[in-house]
Amino acid sequence: MVEFAMHNAWLIPLLPAISFAVIALLLWPWPKASSTFSILMILTSFVLAVAVVYGVYTQPELIEKSMVYSTRWFSMPGLRIDVGIMLDPTSAMMLWVVTLVASLVQIYSLGYMEGDPGFSSFYAYLSLFAASMLGLVLSSNLLQMFVFWELVGLCSYLLIGFWFYKDSAREAAKKAFITTRVGDFGLLIGLLSLQLIFGTLNIPELAEKAVNFQNYVSAGTLTLVLVVLFLGPIGKSGQFPLHVWLPDAMEGPTPVSALIHAATMVVAGVYLVGRILFLFKAVPTAMHVVAIIGGFTAFFAATIALTQTEMKRILAYSTISQLGYMMLALGAASLTASMFHLMTHAYFKALMFLGAGSVLHALHGKAHIHEMGGLYKKMPWTTWTFVIGALAIAGIPPLAGFWSKDEILLVVKEAAHEAPGIYTPLFWLALVTAFLTAFYMFRQVFTAFFGPEKPENHPHEAPWNMRLPLLILAFFSIVGGWVGLPWLEKGFGYWVRMGEFHHAEPDYVLMGVSVLVALAGIYLAYLMYLKKAIDPDKVAEKFGVLYKLSYNKYYIDEIYLWFNQMVVDGMGKILYWFDLYIVDGIVNGIGAITRGSGAVLRYTTTGNLQTYALVIFMVIVVITLYFAFGDASFASLFLGGGK
Amino acid sequence: MITLAHYMLLSAVLFAIGLFGVLSKKNAITVLVSTEIMLNAVNLNLIAINKYIGVDGFYGQLMALFVIAVAAAEVGVGLGIVISMYRNKETISLDEFNFLKW
Repeated sequence: MVEFAMHNAWLIPLLPAISFAVIALLLWPWPKASSTFSILMILTSFVLAVAVVYGVYTQPELIEKSMVYSTRWFSMPGLRIDVGIMLDPTSAMMLWVVTLVASLVQIYSLGYMEGDPGFSSFYAYLSLFAASMLGLVLSSNLLQMFVFWELVGLCSYLLIGFWFYKDSAREAAKKAFITTRVGDFGLLIGLLSLQLIFGTLNIPELAEKAVNFQNYVSAGTLTLVLVVLFLGPIGKSGQFPLHVWLPDAMEGPTPVSALIHAATMVVAGVYLVGRILFLFKAVPTAMHVVAIIGGFTAFFAATIALTQTEMKRILAYSTISQLGYMMLALGAASLTASMFHLMTHAYFKALMFLGAGSVLHALHGKAHIHEMGGLYKKMPWTTWTFVIGALAIAGIPPLAGFWSKDEILLVVKEAAHEAPGIYTPLFWLALVTAFLTAFYMFRQVFTAFFGPEKPENHPHEAPWNMRLPLLILAFFSIVGGWVGLPWLEKGFGYWVRMGEFHHAEPDYVLMGVSVLVALAGIYLAYLMYLKKAIDPDKVAEKFGVLYKLSYNKYYIDEIYLWFNQMVVDGMGKILYWFDLYIVDGIVNGIGAITRGSGAVLRYTTTGNLQTYALVIFMVIVVITLYFAFGDASFASLFLGGGK
Repeated sequence: MITLAHYMLLSAVLFAIGLFGVLSKKNAITVLVSTEIMLNAVNLNLIAINKYIGVDGFYGQLMALFVIAVAAAEVGVGLGIVISMYRNKETISLDEFNFLKW
């Protein structure tokens, strides 16, 4: 079984793809059949993925040298593109996360999407998405990865706009697609440049060539290429300044938010950077860019999350913030910390999104946390699993989030020894972000679940098929971090890593500090929103401008709109004028000259034969005179020869 | 003593008179007549050159005969055209015939 799974890992993305095709072509009239078939397929993939994880676990040599099965896709002189699968602990971990979350989300959707007119197509899209994401994870070649990268973008678009009869959903889908396309353009340029520089896009070959990249390219050029390539991950992973699409993406059905915009697709950017981290390691400047963007995004998104009122939007900004953490870890040259946080974040963020979905389901789409309250009496399952997720993200030991967040803080702290100018501020930023994270999560929990009851709401607990995923994810949110305990001899860091394995000693000071920070955040939220010891409105007034900025998301959307209206449309106006008057003017001018000269010259065609004859005679006279007194060589033109 | 130059001068004068007639007369018949004058100027030239340059043979005369034959045919065609023009427009004044006008 394990051997089979290892050698046939391509089945893992293929099964959901089959499911997509079958549902789209055959099963779509029968919702029940569609969902059953889709869930069966994804569960089979899940089993295979577990087998692959086990297989990788039994073969430690894969850490140093990935198992690659690849075949030629096409080749022409000077260009050869392979496709293949690449198995190593990193991709095995991703397979596990993606198949797990996808399976749970599909089970959850049974309840959540019940009775929706597009039920079958929803499952078809989910299957297609799972197929694309798994393909991306397994890709051994960057171009192949790019193909799947675009495919997940497409699925994201389809699923955000799933309720296309809502204006907001359509707009959000377009926004998501176009914003990420902006980044994808940079990614494509980066990939083409890599192909030109190294002559290959196969990840293992790139890894070999990156060691002595000076033979191919100067460090400055490579830095530029990597920064441009990094635009792709910035767009896909919602990093500043291309983060604006992710909060709007919450217009899609909640399972989509959980699967795509929290656990899987948005980490594709992190995964891509992780896959080619050896290139970033070769040129430190590019790494610093990644770290700065990541660290800044983490802090920036957390400050916005403080004041938002829609449940899913808070979670969306929290996702952006956590993705910033992952990028920061990559920027500190640690694949381990980044992937570890990716895994734990997938557990608890998917859990919280599904919990939020359960609340929306119960309240028939009320999204504002101030409209909720006292839900814990009616919805105990949802409430307590949500609290587990919130504790995990806040970083309370021994839950999953604590270990991975600590790991990130630790690697940034270590990187600060090397380059203090860059990483020291980032470290403090990350610590402050941890405090903010704990605060805004519990602001939400205390307001929505434990606040005063609203009599107009009649919440009800979710059906079993929605509760089961919540429970499973809650379980993983608790124990998921234990694979990476700092006391383990061969923990997560031994398996998922790039370069030398160094076993960092547990940093008890840092642990203590981060726990204190998290507790302080939770306590402050408790004072403000549960005990009402501090009046939130007064705090908001006190911070005046800052509150306004945060509440309006720093006006980034407005800035983009303004930019669009002023610069883009202005350029458009100028270019339109240019087109209208200069380009068209030249074209029309040629026509006008022809017509005008025709209008003048037509009077020469009198129709009078004698006039024509006179002209002929005159010309003959001229030519004769020319022959007589002019240049002999010109005459030869008429007499032939030309010698 | 009459030399080749005299003949050629006469020929040039005749040609010029014919050309003037072709270019300025309104009557189609007059234009045809003028054409004949031009052709005859050329014939005169051909024969004179044949005599004075004195090549053995009679190429000039032959050419002149050719020209006479062609001129006869051309007048036939020309008169046919003139008649059809007259049938169309009840006149043979050339400046009435501007069918090729813009």
